[in-house]
Amino acid sequence: MKVPFSWLKEYVDIDITAQELEERLFSCGFEVEELIHMADGMDKVVVGVVTEAVPQEGTHLHICKVDCGEYGHDIQISTGASNVYVGMHTPAALDGSTLPGGIKIKGRKLQGVMSNGMLCSGTELGLNDDLYPGSEVNGLLDLPKDTIPGTPVQDVVGLNDYIFDISITANRPDCQSILGMAREVAALLNKPLKMPAIDYTCTAEPDDSISVCVEAQDLCPRYLAHFVRNIRIGESPRWMKRHLALMGLRSINNVVDITNHTLMEIGQPMHAFDLNHVEGRSICVRRAKPGETIVTLDEKEFKLNENNLVICDAKKPVALAGIMGGLNSGIQDDTTELLFECATFARDSVRKTGRALGQSSDSSSRYEKGVDQYSTELGLKRALHLIQELNCGDITTTCFDCSDGSSKERKVITATPARINAVLGIEVPEQAMKDILARLDFEVVDNNGTWSVSVPRYRDDVEDFPDLAEEVIREYGYEHIVPTFLKGASVTNGGLNTEQKQQMSVKRLLAGQGFYEASTMAFYSVADLDKMHVPADAPERQAIRILNPISEHLSIMRTMMAPSMLNIIVENLKKGNAAGRLFELSKIYIPHSLPLTQQPDEHMTLCLGAYGPEEDFFTMKGAMEALAAGFRLKFTYERDQVCYLHPGMTAAILCNGKKIGVFGKLANEINAELEIAKDQKSNQNIYLAELDYEALSGFFNKDYHCTPISAFAPVKRDLALVCDEAVSCGEIEQAICKASALVKEVKLFDIYRGANLGEGKKSMAFALTLADASKELDAEQVERAMTKILKDLKFKLNIELR
Amino acid sequence: MQKIIDQLAVQVQADLEKVNNKETLSAFWQEYLSKNGKVPSLMKQMRNVAPEERPAAGKIVNTFKAQVQAQYDAAALRIESEAMAARNAAEAVDITLPAKTRSVGALHPITLVKNQIIDVFAGMGFEVYDSPEIEDDDHNFTRLNVPKDHPARDMQDTFYLSDELLLRTQTSGGQIRFMDEKPLPLKVLIPGRVFRSDSDATHSPMFHQMEGLVVDKNITLCDLQGMLDELVRNLFGPEVRTRLRPSFFPFTEPSVEVDVSCFECGGKGCSLCKGTGWIEVLGGGVVNRKVLQNCNVDPDEYSGIAFGIGIERIAMLKYGINNMGLLFENDLRFLKQFQE
Repeated sequence: MKVPFSWLKEYVDIDITAQELEERLFSCGFEVEELIHMADGMDKVVVGVVTEAVPQEGTHLHICKVDCGEYGHDIQISTGASNVYVGMHTPAALDGSTLPGGIKIKGRKLQGVMSNGMLCSGTELGLNDDLYPGSEVNGLLDLPKDTIPGTPVQDVVGLNDYIFDISITANRPDCQSILGMAREVAALLNKPLKMPAIDYTCTAEPDDSISVCVEAQDLCPRYLAHFVRNIRIGESPRWMKRHLALMGLRSINNVVDITNHTLMEIGQPMHAFDLNHVEGRSICVRRAKPGETIVTLDEKEFKLNENNLVICDAKKPVALAGIMGGLNSGIQDDTTELLFECATFARDSVRKTGRALGQSSDSSSRYEKGVDQYSTELGLKRALHLIQELNCGDITTTCFDCSDGSSKERKVITATPARINAVLGIEVPEQAMKDILARLDFEVVDNNGTWSVSVPRYRDDVEDFPDLAEEVIREYGYEHIVPTFLKGASVTNGGLNTEQKQQMSVKRLLAGQGFYEASTMAFYSVADLDKMHVPADAPERQAIRILNPISEHLSIMRTMMAPSMLNIIVENLKKGNAAGRLFELSKIYIPHSLPLTQQPDEHMTLCLGAYGPEEDFFTMKGAMEALAAGFRLKFTYERDQVCYLHPGMTAAILCNGKKIGVFGKLANEINAELEIAKDQKSNQNIYLAELDYEALSGFFNKDYHCTPISAFAPVKRDLALVCDEAVSCGEIEQAICKASALVKEVKLFDIYRGANLGEGKKSMAFALTLADASKELDAEQVERAMTKILKDLKFKLNIELR
Repeated sequence: MQKIIDQLAVQVQADLEKVNNKETLSAFWQEYLSKNGKVPSLMKQMRNVAPEERPAAGKIVNTFKAQVQAQYDAAALRIESEAMAARNAAEAVDITLPAKTRSVGALHPITLVKNQIIDVFAGMGFEVYDSPEIEDDDHNFTRLNVPKDHPARDMQDTFYLSDELLLRTQTSGGQIRFMDEKPLPLKVLIPGRVFRSDSDATHSPMFHQMEGLVVDKNITLCDLQGMLDELVRNLFGPEVRTRLRPSFFPFTEPSVEVDVSCFECGGKGCSLCKGTGWIEVLGGGVVNRKVLQNCNVDPDEYSGIAFGIGIERIAMLKYGINNMGLLFENDLRFLKQFQE
């Protein structure tokens, strides 16, 4: 919200500087985002009187002598402006001066003659005709003859002014106007508020043929209209033009300016209909009929439906309620009769229509924030007063007030000083509270300590006594709050629960294995699933769609984490990070059905990625083993197939026989398609793992009892075996373990392939640990076990001792 | 006898000086102290000594023998320590050569900040509650006192998944779920990811928040500031303090914006605090009575305070991160800079 300092001062006698006011506003809830000085850095630009102006032969220049008061009575400045004359008072930018926007002016030679500055036009000072009349003439700005040479020119042309750009919180739509902010400033400075004049007299004949009705009162709680005759379209007075110019608006004509001025001053959007263009001299506020169309002032055509509130004449819509008038019903130069509209429209109706049609205006943005009925009444009165003050029409007694019947009385809140203080936690004196509330226009009636507080009608946000507490403390000062440390609170038990602690343990364990925690977006695109070669009929394709995504690449909730992980690995490769390990413990989103009718399964998933020359399948497997060991689990692995992993280097991870995830090398086909440089691609080793964290954490053991350490020494035996290539290490280990209960550990320590073994054969050497917790093993026992093991290996896997 | 010994002593002295390694040391021993060495051999010459002088001579020989033995021992010690010193010197390494280790990873800075905040509040008796990211309109807005036509909905650009379901725009919905589930009094933190359809240099469509809620009897705005003072001192240093100023959130009344005194300049004004001496870090307030009512809590008996912190904002301030994008790029060069 832009608030000019000079305009504010018309309602409040402000005796502090703009900078001081900025600070005071900040502390009571109005952050000034920017304090803009109208002169915009202008410096050493002063009133100069031209005492001599001699045309320079052969050029378009005049060599002038300029009296700049204290800066010199005889300063030589050349100008190219043809409207210069002796005796002219005009802005002189002196040597070393600054124009608005930071342009520096230095003395220099022009056509061989020294010019010690520059004489300026109005536009060079950032002026226009509305801010200062005559600013837009072609040539130098002709200042009044009573201006004193040497005076800073901003003081003369009204640029010594500030604009407060104030951020207004959503609960205070009443402050989206100059008057609204003036009310706040008056309360803040404890000064009286000078209300703008709203009186007028009805001098013209009524017209009974005009009718106004509201059919959709739910979308239009209040609709006021007033008929004005004998419209005299003309120019607005200087003060009004300046007000509008300070707000960044150009003056159009007196009547249009009055509606804009009322919007800025009171915060009430208005519309003026030219009655000659309103069919049947009738206005009806209703929902649009399907298929109806309207062409708005800016010549855009819209097709409407029953969600759009429109203002109609006897035949057609003539305005989009609260947003914009129709092309042909507005004020023209030949308008003679007008009907002022001053209404309260439901904010979400205006917002939805505006969004749906892609149409907005100062008026609609005001309605979206909320307009109260008090302002609606005030706005119309103010506009009518201005019609009379500017003498641009004759007011009739023909007026309309269509209301939904909601109360025009002030809301009353019951409160006690003790309850207000109980919210704050400090003791604000009763009298101080009463004073503050009175300054803010609240009326307090004290019935033996119980207060009936009536709320100003423009404060729709105030609903209960905590709101009063806020009003009190923001004026009384937050510095009075004394920090206490949960003084009255009960003792409660805090901290992470077991699951949350386990998650941190998993994260720390993986960090210990060299993995860095990543944080990726919860959404990605269908293309990310395509990249991973996810089949069309895979369940991962059943992803939740965002109805209003920012872009296609953030449009579905992820159903698997591996695409996110691969993306960040690729990004790291592109940045030249040649190797790395990353993990993320986060969610995937599995819908129970699509389209979505209930909250989906937000499934905790653990994803790991490792890449670089030192990684291989078994370093990744090592990370899995570390994870298992960290939680006293035992993982087993089975060959598996996953769309995005290498068919020969993919393992399912099983815990207690239940599959809890997969890991493996990125499929060669996908690797070949990665958007990274070819030389990087060829030697890229990317490994991915994706684990169902909820399944995994289900195995985390809560209680553990220590196993006693056996007093009996274990026996170690090595076995070198010859088997077919197809036989896996896991199969042999399993067979050995199953053969004898004495086997406590089997560990491969060598693989050998050679011609002496024969085609398609390999030799594998295992170290076995045998033990019995209850007694010392004797040689015979060990021999029996070894014989059984070899027999089983031969029988099950056709394995011979080497 | 004395004469012989004196001659031998000169010889011993000369040879001793030549001893400079294990070989010469052993040669010396062989020459003088071994079974047939020159010193034990002195005893054989006792025969030539008059019997009455023998005790005295024997004494002289023994003294001399002990003296040579001591000299030998000293030399042996010297040789041994010289050899050890030489070995140590030969084995010395360039200690600045790179270490042999599997490098450790690290937690994400967001996790680090989250943990730090949890640590502060866990000590005050706050539980930590995980609330769904895909929320319904009711929990994310309506029961938090943001009805359908409320302009506060415009403050947040919401990602919708259906008419009723959306990606939560704030962790505040967890307040409602927690109050529905748990008995009073309660203290809870609700950390998590939140989503808004906003993406530019200073906004990410996904970011992290931490919600805090206390509902008990006699809870006031003073408690909110006291609690947050404790938090910011833990995060930013013992000298840091908070400042409250009015703001608006539909679920709190009064609502406050909380600034911390600039920990970079101590409040004098610098580039971090843009010359103001204060940095905006979080929002909070006294829980709106309507929100309590919406959770079947009697607002005349109980009161509450709540706050919401943007984790990214804290991480950026704490670690001097100037670009929020870094927190989501997962660039290893960035992630490697953080440790607990």
